[in-house]
Amino acid sequence: MERIPILKMGEFVLVSIQVDMHDQLAMTLQDDLTAQIVRSRAKGVLIDISALEIVDSFIGRMLGNIASMARVLDAETVVVGMRPAVAITLVELGMALPGVKTALNVERGMELLRATLGTPVETGRAPAESPNGHPQN
Amino acid sequence: MTRDEKSRIPEILRKHEPELLKDWVQRQLAAAGGRPGQLSEAALREEASRFLSALREAVVGGQFRDIAGPAWSGVREVLGEISRDRAQHGFSPTETAMFVFSFKEALFARLRRELAADADALADETWAATTLLDRLGLYTIEIHQKSREEVIGRQQQEMLELSTPVVELWQGVLGLPLIGTLDSARTQIVMESLLQRIVETGATIAVIDITGVPTVDTLVAQHLLKTVAAARLMGADCIISGIRPQIAQTIVHLGVDLQNVITKATLADAFAIALQRTGFAVQRLPHRA
Amino acid sequence: MGILRTEKLAVDSADDIVRVRQVVRAWAIERRFSLVDQTKLVTAASELARNMLLYAGGGTVELESLEEQGRHGLRLTFEDHGPGIADIGLAMKDGYTTGSGLGLGLGGAKRLVNEFDIQSRPGVGTSIRIARWR
Repeated sequence: MERIPILKMGEFVLVSIQVDMHDQLAMTLQDDLTAQIVRSRAKGVLIDISALEIVDSFIGRMLGNIASMARVLDAETVVVGMRPAVAITLVELGMALPGVKTALNVERGMELLRATLGTPVETGRAPAESPNGHPQN
Repeated sequence: MTRDEKSRIPEILRKHEPELLKDWVQRQLAAAGGRPGQLSEAALREEASRFLSALREAVVGGQFRDIAGPAWSGVREVLGEISRDRAQHGFSPTETAMFVFSFKEALFARLRRELAADADALADETWAATTLLDRLGLYTIEIHQKSREEVIGRQQQEMLELSTPVVELWQGVLGLPLIGTLDSARTQIVMESLLQRIVETGATIAVIDITGVPTVDTLVAQHLLKTVAAARLMGADCIISGIRPQIAQTIVHLGVDLQNVITKATLADAFAIALQRTGFAVQRLPHRA
Repeated sequence: MGILRTEKLAVDSADDIVRVRQVVRAWAIERRFSLVDQTKLVTAASELARNMLLYAGGGTVELESLEEQGRHGLRLTFEDHGPGIADIGLAMKDGYTTGSGLGLGLGGAKRLVNEFDIQSRPGVGTSIRIARWR
């Protein structure tokens, strides 16, 4: 059966959705992720949806569910890389994903997770420490 | 018009199309003599010939009154194209309609020649032809009007885009000064340009300044909240600034919930918060104090 | 108004929802819809196709490519022979659902398109017609 790979990285788990999400795949991902959070005692979950061309209410609900389930398991979730057209459509649809943290891209998402969990930032690219450096995209 | 069915107009159009075309084009060119260069003779001839052949097809059914019917779709298409083209090139509605009306002269001359022996028939056919051409002429005016409206609509759209700049106030901080009212079409454009700039600059905070928005009703507030929600989905927080006292009052009276949005009275206040959040501080230099 | 092209798709399984999205996307691109308009229409189609599958066990989607006085549009008609909807007003409300969803399907889809028309007879079926213009 088709599955979306889940990567473990330190105390985080990472998922990058690269295929058109059909409903069963979304359900499987939800199960796999919660199992993986428990197995690896993850503190943070990062879901990259930059390849998704649409997010309808079903996929939106899945993202919300994952965030809620992760929270119960004591892990923070960040959804990153949503495309502008997808964001506009989701809001119009009435789904603003209020319980889900978001970031522009994977890098920012990792920074956000580290900041929330109080883990020291290794890259030294936190704004306060880099007065000259323009944040890169 | 009971004579529609046995009208001789279809037959006359069929038999004398080349002569009618030549005569009509010459009359149009003579009439346009004062304004040369507007339309080339070749272009005019081409348009006239397309109209005539479409007309010849359409009248075969004998349905002269129902120009909205399926038999007339060819004629409508040709006239639609011509009218739109003229509207875009700045022709007036009168000049556009004259294209059809000017055909009367050529057609009536031909009718007089063909029906010289039968005064009754001539009167009837002339009446049928004039009613038909009037309808078609009015149709071109309608289309002309509509295309002008389309042009205006497009210009409005362009103005909307011009009037919603998104500026980078500081690294990571965008500013969006809104001026004028916020309807759903404009909200769409505001959202699109804001989100696009968030992607380009990697900004994490956007200040939406509504000093220039005259009134904030429930609908405008909803549009603002949608914009804030969409930016948040992209990982950027919004601060709404420029809330005047009377706007604060209406917001409360209307029961609009801005609980989850940071609001500030002035753009300066919002900017200070934005700097603080992105880890910057503004300091007065001691020796300049 | 001219109808330039039509195509009919069956929706019998969850995979068909993905297929509907892909075909609607392809048509919207061909009609040169903006990216946001494409995304809105595809999302609305996804919602309605899933609704049809969940509540009526399936149905069909008919796509029509429209042209009206130089305007281009796409019209989608979702038709099923399911239980039908007794109270359409209620079904259109956000948060209302008889299933396990969020109840954003109908009302949400309506906000994503320019035209929305729903006909339903309990016991006979439901037909929802949406259109979006460029």
